[in-house]
Amino acid sequence: MKRRTLLRALAYASLLAPFGGIRAIAQSTKPSLITAFGHVPPPSDIKRIFAAGGPASVLLAVLAPHKMLGWPSQMSSKVLDALGSPLRDLPVLGRLSGRGSTIPTETLLALKPDLILDAGSVDDTYLSTAQRVTEQTGIPYVVIEGRLADSARQLLEAGRLLGAEARGNALADYAEEILSSAARVRKAIPLEKRPRVYYGRGQEGLETGMVGSLHMEAIDIAGGYNVAAQGGEKIGIARVSLEQIIGWAPEVILTQDGNFATRILEDPLWRTIPAVQTKRVYCAPTIPFGWLDVPPSINRLAGVIWLLAHLHSVGKDDLERKTAEFNRLFYGIEHASNTIPGLKTGGTQRRTQ
Amino acid sequence: MSTKNAALPPVPAYLFALLGIVAIFMAAFAFGKYPISIVDLLRSIFARLTGADAELPEAIEIVIWNIRLPRIVAGMLIGAALAAAGAAYQNMFRNPLVSPDILGVSAGAGFGATIGIFFGLPLTVIQVLAFVCGLAAVGVVYGVSGLVRRHDPVLVLVLAGIAVGTLLNAGVSLLKILSDPHSQQLSNIVFWLLGSLNGVNSRDLASAVPLVLIGLVPMILLRWRVNLLSLPDEEAAALGIEVARLRMVLIIAATLVTATVVSIAGIVGWVGLVVPHAARFLVGPNFSRLLPASLLLGAGFVVGTDILARTLVVIELPLGIVTAMVGAPFFLYLLAHTGKTE
Repeated sequence: MKRRTLLRALAYASLLAPFGGIRAIAQSTKPSLITAFGHVPPPSDIKRIFAAGGPASVLLAVLAPHKMLGWPSQMSSKVLDALGSPLRDLPVLGRLSGRGSTIPTETLLALKPDLILDAGSVDDTYLSTAQRVTEQTGIPYVVIEGRLADSARQLLEAGRLLGAEARGNALADYAEEILSSAARVRKAIPLEKRPRVYYGRGQEGLETGMVGSLHMEAIDIAGGYNVAAQGGEKIGIARVSLEQIIGWAPEVILTQDGNFATRILEDPLWRTIPAVQTKRVYCAPTIPFGWLDVPPSINRLAGVIWLLAHLHSVGKDDLERKTAEFNRLFYGIEHASNTIPGLKTGGTQRRTQ
Repeated sequence: MSTKNAALPPVPAYLFALLGIVAIFMAAFAFGKYPISIVDLLRSIFARLTGADAELPEAIEIVIWNIRLPRIVAGMLIGAALAAAGAAYQNMFRNPLVSPDILGVSAGAGFGATIGIFFGLPLTVIQVLAFVCGLAAVGVVYGVSGLVRRHDPVLVLVLAGIAVGTLLNAGVSLLKILSDPHSQQLSNIVFWLLGSLNGVNSRDLASAVPLVLIGLVPMILLRWRVNLLSLPDEEAAALGIEVARLRMVLIIAATLVTATVVSIAGIVGWVGLVVPHAARFLVGPNFSRLLPASLLLGAGFVVGTDILARTLVVIELPLGIVTAMVGAPFFLYLLAHTGKTE
């Protein structure tokens, strides 16, 4: 029995193997990132928008916060305080994602949204779910596809759709600027010369994103070399062992978990890793949204700025001003460096949340 | 338990069950997250029956006819199908702990659906995969049991079912580990494995209802002979029953209905185990009475628990969690109660 299970696992591993390897930064070549189901009203008539999941809620909070009906999941009070009104006062409504939905269909109808907005990495399960929701409820459903590399287009097209064209254009320009400075860095440094990065997720930091996964996009774009490159592409997150990490010998360790970052600097087990020896362990802020991932949306643009500074010393002296500018432009957060923990940059940062 | 309850006149019991299910059916129409008054509900139903215009807001019509009705019909279908399959299996395997997934149909369907979700396939394909893998799993189990001739065939079936089920569940667990928690794949898989009627639409029902009916017909036609399967094989054979063939027909029928309902609603646990017991408590162990009672009670049980699943808390609860929360205490109560009467 056990042997058969093992054989089965091995069979899967071999199935997934061809997905591995290094992949170029993917940018969508579709004429439009938007897939719409049902009759989408003109932008001026869209007043109430339901954000189906995390990525859509960030896009909506950035572009048209006054039209947002609620959050797809519980937000921490720190995040809400940082965002301020009107986003702070929105209720938690639940998410809409097929069987994984937590909002009952009837509650959705009772909210009377003019539009359901969904964003992120899209597959056929996703699209057919959206189509069903529209068929059943009559509410138009718009899915905005796109990975981090498509952020500028995402902002542009979403802005036009949601009646926030000017804002969408301005933010798209800003996003384009960040992405093209990252592209310049990537062009200048060949893959094998890029800093070897390990991204530690989870409490123990023993989960990591595989090459081409959503979780590594910010790092890929900012010209980091993912040490977990031999993993599969379809797999988003994988658990790894400390042995593997020691073997990979990353020059930089990135995380969004402050406890992990401080712990490994003192942990004798991690001592031999170059990143720990040179104290290049960086903890990315997560307020209001994660800079490296979670949710996988345009919030990661801030992470790209931050990573360019830490991985390649590009704009390092200017980092604090730049990230504060990002927070002001995208989220309307003023005086960010005082209110947002972890924004001050340096070696490692503690994050209290 | 058997002698006392078999002596019960079946008519009041049926009446009781029938009235109960009608009440649950009405309640399922009336309760939900979208506030609809009884007056509006009756107006809308009346308008549908007479073909008149109810002059109600469109949203109310959508809620009643596009959301609640398919859900209620699906609940009845799933409950009836799982309870009938469970009753047939409990009789056939001469074991009260048997549920419809004993031969691996749910594990197979779960594996098929998980593969579909993992590779991001369209919903219809996921459902077909679930259905086909459910049938295939039982096919393999049946095939293996046909190869083994030295042991009791029923025992071999059960053991092969457990082995294949375990294997498939290992596959599901592996895919869960590999799936991405942030692309919502993982939650889709988890919710699928717990079953839910959220999102069942009339198109699903159009394909599921005929398949379930096809599966139920042989069970109804063979209801007298199923009783004899609870005898040892030799005795049944002595009474003129072709045991192996009857068993095969029942397995095909039960697998068909179970695979069908699992493919549209996911794995809804407990129904196939607990409802036949409740039915036996009401009408006794005679399969010709047990089957209709199980059909009715199963339909009522799932529609009833689904009311809880969609109204109990702000979010939508997976149906499998509610059937377990309601079913398990009820099962214990039945155990205690039947213990006393005996």
